[in-house]
Amino acid sequence: MSGLLLQAVVSGLLLGGVYGVVASGLTLIFGVLRIINFAHGAVMMLGMYASYWLWVWLGVDPYLSVLLTAPAFFVLGMGIQRVVIEPNRAAAEHNQLLLTLGLALFLENLALVLWQGDFRTLRVPYANASFVIGDALVEVSRLVAAGGAVLIALALFVFLRRTDVGKAIRALSEEREGAMLVGIDVARIRAIAFGIGSACVAVAGALITPFFYIAPDVGESFNIMAFVVVVLGGMGNFIGALVGGLIVGLAESLGAALLPGSLKQLVVFVIFVLVLLFRPEGLFGGARGR
Amino acid sequence: MAARALGALAAVALLAAPPLLPKYPLEILISILFSAYLGLAWNILGGYAGQFSFGHAAFFGIGAYTSTLLFLRAGVSPWLGMLAGGALAAAFGLFAGYLSFRYGLRGPYFSLVTLAFAEMLRVVAVNAKVVGASLGLVIPSGTPAPSLFVFAGKLPYYYVILAMTGLALLITRRVARGRLGYALIAVRENEDAAEAAGVNALGGKLAAMALSSFLTALGGTFYAQYFAYIDPTITFGPAISIQGLLPAIVGGAGTVLGPLLGSFVLTPISELTRALLRGRAGADIMLYGLVLMLVISFLPQGLMGWRRVVRRPGR
Amino acid sequence: MSLLELRGLGKQFGGLTAVTGFDLILEPGEIVGLIGPNGAGKTTVFHLVAGYHRPTSGTIRFKDASIVGLKPHAICRRGLARTFQLVQPFAGLTAVENVMVGAFNRERDAVSARRRAEEILDLVGLGAKRSVPARDLTLSDRKRLEMARGLATGPDLLLLDEVMSGLNPTEIEAMVRLIRAIHGRGVTLLIIEHVMRAVMTLSHRLVVLHHGVKIAEGPPAAVARDRRVIEAYLGEDGGAA
Repeated sequence: MSGLLLQAVVSGLLLGGVYGVVASGLTLIFGVLRIINFAHGAVMMLGMYASYWLWVWLGVDPYLSVLLTAPAFFVLGMGIQRVVIEPNRAAAEHNQLLLTLGLALFLENLALVLWQGDFRTLRVPYANASFVIGDALVEVSRLVAAGGAVLIALALFVFLRRTDVGKAIRALSEEREGAMLVGIDVARIRAIAFGIGSACVAVAGALITPFFYIAPDVGESFNIMAFVVVVLGGMGNFIGALVGGLIVGLAESLGAALLPGSLKQLVVFVIFVLVLLFRPEGLFGGARGR
Repeated sequence: MAARALGALAAVALLAAPPLLPKYPLEILISILFSAYLGLAWNILGGYAGQFSFGHAAFFGIGAYTSTLLFLRAGVSPWLGMLAGGALAAAFGLFAGYLSFRYGLRGPYFSLVTLAFAEMLRVVAVNAKVVGASLGLVIPSGTPAPSLFVFAGKLPYYYVILAMTGLALLITRRVARGRLGYALIAVRENEDAAEAAGVNALGGKLAAMALSSFLTALGGTFYAQYFAYIDPTITFGPAISIQGLLPAIVGGAGTVLGPLLGSFVLTPISELTRALLRGRAGADIMLYGLVLMLVISFLPQGLMGWRRVVRRPGR
Repeated sequence: MSLLELRGLGKQFGGLTAVTGFDLILEPGEIVGLIGPNGAGKTTVFHLVAGYHRPTSGTIRFKDASIVGLKPHAICRRGLARTFQLVQPFAGLTAVENVMVGAFNRERDAVSARRRAEEILDLVGLGAKRSVPARDLTLSDRKRLEMARGLATGPDLLLLDEVMSGLNPTEIEAMVRLIRAIHGRGVTLLIIEHVMRAVMTLSHRLVVLHHGVKIAEGPPAAVARDRRVIEAYLGEDGGAA
C-alpha cells in the first residue's frame, strides 16, 4: 500500500474511533428518547472548552480532565433533558427537532459570547510526539484519542449488557411497550440516557483537544459527522455507531487524500444522502427506518 | 373588520413612512422585510406542505451566485439573473425533493437530507475557483444603475424588498386558499386519506418545493445586490437557512401572516441585542435559540396560535 | 362494458395468502355486497382495487383499462372512490373543508369546490354541520363525512368499507337510505358489511369471501341459504350481526 494511502487509512481509523464514540452517544439518545439531538455537537464543544479551561487555569491534563468533566456533563445532560426535553416529549417529531436546534443555537452562541470566536489550541508538552509505522506517521495524541475511544466503547458495552440501568436502556430502545409494562421508570431512564450521551461526547471532546482546534463552531462539523454515522450504523444501534464511525473516518480520510481542497467533506455527505435514500435503516439495521 | 383596517394602516405606513426615516431605522426595516420574505418562502414548503427544510440556504445560494455570476461574467442584468437563479433553484429543489419524497423521507430525515444538500453546495462553492472559492464575489455597486439592480442609497432597496414581500404574501394567500393549499393540508393531516380523495401527494409536495425554492433564490439575488458581497458561508451556510425558518416557526408555520409577524418580533430583538451588547457577537443568535425553545415549548403553533389559545381554551 | 373486472386477483404478504383467485365483475348501476367472516380478505380486495397494495397476481380493469400499478390518487381521478374501515377524516379541517379536498377533483377553484362540497354535505345530511371541525363530529357523522368526501370526487364506483359498524339501529336505517340516495345518483357501489340486515336489503348481489377465496355468489336470498356460507360464518366467529 502506498505511503499516502497507508497514512490515510491510519488517520482515518484513529479519528473514526472518536467519531464512533460521539455517534454512540447520539444513537443512545435516539434509541431511548426517539429524538435526533441537534445539540449533540454543541455539548461536545462545551466539553472541549471545559477541558481547555481546566488546563489553562488549573493545569489539569486534558486526559485526566475527563474524570471531572464526565460526571459534570452527565449531570448537565440529565438537567437539560429534564428541563428542556422531557416537558415536550409528546410534541410532534419535527417540533422536537426544532427544540434541539434551538438548544444548539443557544449553547453555541453562549460559547461565542463568553469566549469569542478565536480558535484556541491546547498545547500539552507531548502534543507533537509521534512514531512511524511503515510509511505512516502516527501522532501519539491521536493514538491516545482512539485508545480512549475504544475504552469508552468497551465501558459502554459492558454497562449496557451488565448493569440494570443499561439493560433498562436497551429494553426501552428495542421494545418500548414491553419495557414500560415491566415497570421501568421511563422518565428516569430517559434522563440518564441523555446524561450518558452528553458525558460520552464531552469525553470524546476532551480526547481530541490535544490535536484539534477549539472554537464555538467546532461542534457543527462533528454534529453532521455524528448524524451520518448514526444513520449509517442504524438509528439506535450502538455497535453500528462504532463501526459506522470507523467507516466514516476512513471515507473522510481517503477523501482527503484523493480529493483537492476541502472536498473530502463531499464524500461524507454523499454517503449520507445515499444511505438515507436507499438504506435508511442503516447497514446494521436500526430501531426505525424512516 | 378591525384586522382589515389595521392591515390597511400597516400597508400605508410601510409604503409612505420610509422616505421620512433616518438611515438606521430604514436598515432595520429592510432587515425585517428580508427576514419576513425568506420566512414566507420557507413557509410554503415548511408550513403548508409540512416538510421542514433545514437546507434552504441551497436555494438562496443558487440564486445569489447565479445572478452574480451572470452579471460579472456576462453582463446580464441581475433582474434577469434573478429569474434565472430562481429557475435553477426550482430545478434543484425539484431534483432534491423528488429524491426525498419518492424515497419516503419525512420529518427529521427530510430535514437532515436538506441540510446535507446545502452543505454539499457550500463545500463545492468553497473549492471552486471559478465562483471565487472562499474569497467570495464582490458585486459592483459604486455607480447607480437601476436597470442593473444597483441603486443609490437604501430607499430603493427598501421598496424592492417590500414589493417582494408583498408578492410572497399574495402567493402564500393564493396557495393557502386554493387547490394546492387544500391538497397540502390534507397530505399533512393524513396522506393516505388524501390520496384516496384524489390528491397527488408527491405532486403537491413538489409544487410546494418548486415555489418555495424559486422564491428563496430571489431573496439570494436581493442579498447580493443589497450587500454587494457574497461568499459560500453567507449564502450556503446554516445561518441563512435558520434565518428563513425561524420567523416562520415563531410567527406560526402554515399561516399566511406568521412569517411576517415572526420577523417583526425577532428582528428588532436581534437588533436591540446587538446594539446593547456591542462587540459580543452571537448574543442575538443565542437569544434566537432561547426564543425558539420557548416557542416550541409554550406556543407550538407560533405567535399566530396565541389567538387560538386565548379564544378557545378548550381546544 | 362492465365497470370493474377482477380476474384471478391475488395478494400474498410474505407467507400469508390474503386473497387468491378472486374473480368479480361489476356492471354499472349495481350494488354488490362483499361479505365474509373477519379476516376473509375483504378489505384487502379494496386495498388492491384502490391502489394501496399491488396485487401479486391477477388483473384489475376499471372502465376497460388496467389500473394495476396506478397510484391511489390516479385511480380516484378515474372515478373510483373509497372509504376506510377506520374513518380517516382530516381532523383539523371543518366538514366542508374535508369535502372540498375531494371536490377539487372536479372543480378548479375554491369557490366552486365549496359549492360542490356544500351540496354533497346536504345530501348526506351534514349540511347544518358544515363548519364543525371534523374532530368534533360523532362517529356516525364522520362516516357520512367520509362518504361525502368520496362522493365529491365524482366517482362512478364507490367502495364502502363497513360504514355501518358501530352504528345503532336508527343510524343504520338512515345510512341505508343514504346509500340508496347515492345509488340513485348513478353511483355503482361495492359494499363490505357485517350488518347482514342492511347488506341483504341493499345488494342486488352478494359475494362471499372466506380465507381469501370466493365461496359463493348470487342473489342475497340464495347466498343466505348456501350451506358453505353458513358453515363459514358459524364455524369462524359464531354468526354475523
